[in-house]
Amino acid sequence: MNFAEQKRWQIASHIVMAILSALALLPFILLIISSFTDDRVALLNGYSYWPEKFSLEAYQYIWENSNVFFRAYGVTVVVTFIGVIANVGLTSLTAYVLAKRDLPGVKILNFLVVFTMLFNGGLVATYVSYVTIFGIKNTIFALLVPNLLMNAFMIMLVRNYFEHSIPVEIYESARIDGANEFLIFFRLVLPLGTPILATVGLMNGIAYWNDWQNSLHYVDDKALYSIQAVLNAINESVSVLASLGTSSGVSAADLPSTTIRMAVAVVGILPILILYPFFQKYFAKGLMAGSVKG
Amino acid sequence: MNLKLRQKKKKRNWKHFVPYYIMALPGFTYLLINNYIPLYGLQLAFKQFSFKLGISGSQWIAFKNFRFLFASNDATIMIRNTLLYNLFWIFLNVLIGLSVAILFNEIVNKRAKKFYQTTILLPHLMSMVVIAYLVYAYLAPSTGFINNTILAGLGLEKVNWYADAKYWPFILTFVHQWRGVGFGMLLYLSSILGIDSSYYEAATIDGATKWQQIRKITLPLVKPTIIMLVILGIGQIFRSDFGLFYQVPMNQGALYGTTQTIDTYVYRALMVNNNYGMSAAASFLQSVVGFVFIVTANAIVSKVDRKSSLF
Repeated sequence: MNFAEQKRWQIASHIVMAILSALALLPFILLIISSFTDDRVALLNGYSYWPEKFSLEAYQYIWENSNVFFRAYGVTVVVTFIGVIANVGLTSLTAYVLAKRDLPGVKILNFLVVFTMLFNGGLVATYVSYVTIFGIKNTIFALLVPNLLMNAFMIMLVRNYFEHSIPVEIYESARIDGANEFLIFFRLVLPLGTPILATVGLMNGIAYWNDWQNSLHYVDDKALYSIQAVLNAINESVSVLASLGTSSGVSAADLPSTTIRMAVAVVGILPILILYPFFQKYFAKGLMAGSVKG
Repeated sequence: MNLKLRQKKKKRNWKHFVPYYIMALPGFTYLLINNYIPLYGLQLAFKQFSFKLGISGSQWIAFKNFRFLFASNDATIMIRNTLLYNLFWIFLNVLIGLSVAILFNEIVNKRAKKFYQTTILLPHLMSMVVIAYLVYAYLAPSTGFINNTILAGLGLEKVNWYADAKYWPFILTFVHQWRGVGFGMLLYLSSILGIDSSYYEAATIDGATKWQQIRKITLPLVKPTIIMLVILGIGQIFRSDFGLFYQVPMNQGALYGTTQTIDTYVYRALMVNNNYGMSAAASFLQSVVGFVFIVTANAIVSKVDRKSSLF
C-alpha cells in the first residue's frame, strides 16, 4: 500500500461520511427553515430550504398557546426525572443481587430476568392486565410504569459490571469492618458502579423523554399529555392544537397550519438538540454497551 | 458436635442472605407486574373478551379467534410484510453498517470523526413521532419538498405519497436505514476496533493494498459479529418497529398493504376497531412464534460464540 492509495481511501471515506452527515442533518434544517416560513408562501411553494418570505407567525401562535407546551414539558420532565431515578435504583439493586453468585436461588432469579427477554405477553395481554387489574389508565403511572421502569438487558449489563469490574476484596473488607449489606450497597456499590449506572440512566432518560407509546395506549386525558403525546396528537390533526390550548379566540381557519406543524416539532426537539453535543459521547457509548454484550 | 456446628453455620448463612432477598424484592415485583402477570392474559386469544367480564370471566371459545383471523386477508398481509421487511433489512443492515464502519475507521482526523459520528447518530436520538414530522416535510402531497421542489423542478407530476402503497417499501427502508446507519456503524466499529493493529502493519509491509487488507483481515475477523447479528436479527423476525410502521406512514389506511405489520395490526385491532379476539390471537401468535425463533437463534448463537448469546 502506498501513500497515494492511502490518500484515495481517506478522500473516499470523507466523501461518504460527509454525505451521510448531510443526509442526517438536512431534514432537521428543512424542519427549522419551514417553521420560520410565511404560511401562505409555504402553502403555495411547499416546505423549502430557501423560502421567499420568512415569518414568525407559527411561533407567535405557539406562544399564545404556550401553556400547552409548558404543561407538556412539565409532564415529560417530571416523568423522565422520576422514571430515571426509579429505573437506576431498581436496575442496580436487581443487578447487585444477581451478581451474588453464591446466593441460594440466584439461578432461578437470573432465569426469571432472562425469560422476560425471550417471551412476553404481547400488547393485548399487557394492555388488558394493566387496564383491568391495575387500573392504570389516565394516571401518571401509565407514563412511568409499563415497559420503561426496568429492562432485563440493562440488568445483565450492570450485573456483568458488578461482577467483573469491582474487585470482590472491597466488599469483603467492608463486611469484616462490620458494615451491613445495605450500607455496602449504598456506600460502595453505587459509587463504584457510577460509570455504568450513568450510561443506564442516560439511555433510560432518552427512552422516557421520547416515549409516546405509553401515552398512545393508556392516556387520553389531555392534562397528562407529554411533549411527545402533544406532537403525536398534532401530527394526526393540526387543529387539535386549538382544542389543547386556551386561546379560544383563534378559529381553525386562522391557524397557520402549514408551518405550525413544523414549528411544533422544532419546539419538541429543541432541548434535546441543544443538549445533544454535551452527551453525544455517552450516548454512543451507551448504544455500544447496550448492543454488544460482554 | 460437627453437625450442630454445620447447622449453626447454615443458619447464620441464611440470615446473611436475607438482605439480598429484600434488595431483590422491588425489581422482581416490577417483573411480576410488567412481565409475568400479563402472561395470564395470553388466554384471551382463546376467549371472547369483554372488559366487563374481565380476563378470567370471559367465555372460552377455543380457536374461533384464530379461525377468524386467518379467514381474513389481514393475517397474510401482516405476516408477509413483517417477514419480508425483516429479511431484507437484516441483509441491508450488514451491508450498510459494515461498509460505513470500515470507511469511518479509515478516517484519521479525530475532529472529523467526532463530527461524523455525532451527526449520523442524531436521527437515532429522535422519537418516531419527530421522524414522522421530518418525513412529512418531504412527502406532504401539496406542500412537501419532494413534490414542490424536486419533482416540479424536473418537470414531473406530483405524487400522492400517502395514498399509494407501492412507494412505501422504499420509503420505509430508506427511513429505517437513515435512522439506523449510525447505530449499525457502531455495532461493527466496536468489532473492527478490537482487531490487533499488528495484522495491518504486517500486511502493509508486505505491500498489501487496502482492499486486500479489508478482504483478508477485516472481513474474516468481523465475521463472528456479522453471524451473531444476523442470527439475532432472525430471532426478532416476527417483531417489527411499531413506531416506524405506525408513525411514518401517518396511520393511512390506504397504505396498509405495504405498511401493516403484526405490531400495527395488533394495535389497530385492539384500540381502533375494538376487535379484541383477532387482536389477541395475532398478539398470541407473535409471542409464541417469536419465542420459538428467538430461542432457536440463541441456541445457534451459543454454539457459534458462547459469550454472545442471551442465555
